[in-house]
Amino acid sequence: MERIQIIAIATSIAFLFYIGRLIIRGRLREEYAIVWIVCTIFLIVFSFWRNGLEVMSHLFGIYQAPNLVFTAVIFALMIYLLHLSVVISKLQEQNKTLAQEIAMIKEKMKSE
Amino acid sequence: MNNIKIAAIIPAYNEEKNISAVVENINQIKKIHGINIIAVVVNDCSKDNTFLVAATCDCIVLNLPVNLGIGGAVQTGFKYALRNNFDIAIQVDGDGQHPAEEIPKLIAPIINGDADVVIGSRFIEKTGFQSSNMRRVGINYFRYVHQLLVHVQFTDSTSGFRAMNRKALAIVDKYYPDEYPEPEAIILYAFNGLKIVEVPVEMKERQGGTSSIGGLSGIYYMVKVTLAIFFTYLRLKSKKL
Repeated sequence: MERIQIIAIATSIAFLFYIGRLIIRGRLREEYAIVWIVCTIFLIVFSFWRNGLEVMSHLFGIYQAPNLVFTAVIFALMIYLLHLSVVISKLQEQNKTLAQEIAMIKEKMKSE
Repeated sequence: MNNIKIAAIIPAYNEEKNISAVVENINQIKKIHGINIIAVVVNDCSKDNTFLVAATCDCIVLNLPVNLGIGGAVQTGFKYALRNNFDIAIQVDGDGQHPAEEIPKLIAPIINGDADVVIGSRFIEKTGFQSSNMRRVGINYFRYVHQLLVHVQFTDSTSGFRAMNRKALAIVDKYYPDEYPEPEAIILYAFNGLKIVEVPVEMKERQGGTSSIGGLSGIYYMVKVTLAIFFTYLRLKSKKL
């Protein structure tokens, strides 16, 4: 096993543990953690399987293996950002409804 | 007239200088015309003393804990009016642009059963304050958009001086646009089969504060509202089919 492999594996596992800790402490919800856990597992797999990247690139018909990494990562990030925008939109809508309810309840309490 | 409960909803963001005059103006026509109207000030988390000033006035104050923007603030008033059994809700700007003397004209078509939503237009009789050039370009543009999508033309689609009955309130209770809601709301009303009527009113130049639309944000306004109108149109259309 080469030095870079050991570094990659160690970093990936540390990252996985950090995600686990965030979930345990209640600072990251499981549904948003799934994508990060899957990403980390990918990283670990390709850290062990050195030829994996070459094999996959060949499979997709990409000549230069790093291009596969860039394409896949950019695509995944874009999807995830879109997902976050959807989450934010939902939160904004819920926040609006809550604020309106609070304003009306406060008025009711005052007049009673 | 007296058994019809009317709420005058006044969205207010940093309007400490104008708000008491606006409320006072509404309370005056209550006496003069014998209309059962009450001012509902929605303080949109103002940074100034709007809340304290409004609290001293003879009106209901809804105090939003976070800033929601004009659409969210007005919708709060609509929700309040619907839940507290008001028959008619009128939207009046917090900056003194909309003179309360014009309110009887605004509610007449609803009382007579001729309309569900009434829009006060300053361009039918072309008296009073006529707005800026930029704004008029926008208004003309939305006239074509509305003609294209719902086949109705409005002379003053950005006017926030409006009245609506409970049928319309039940619709805006569920959904009302957040930013620059007026032109988009028209699509909402039209698609829900509400009868919309424009009546001529006179408006004043704003008494203080700055308009929510101006300069570069005018372009953002047009793009944003066009997109919003387009998507609202698609959503309502797909619901109907």
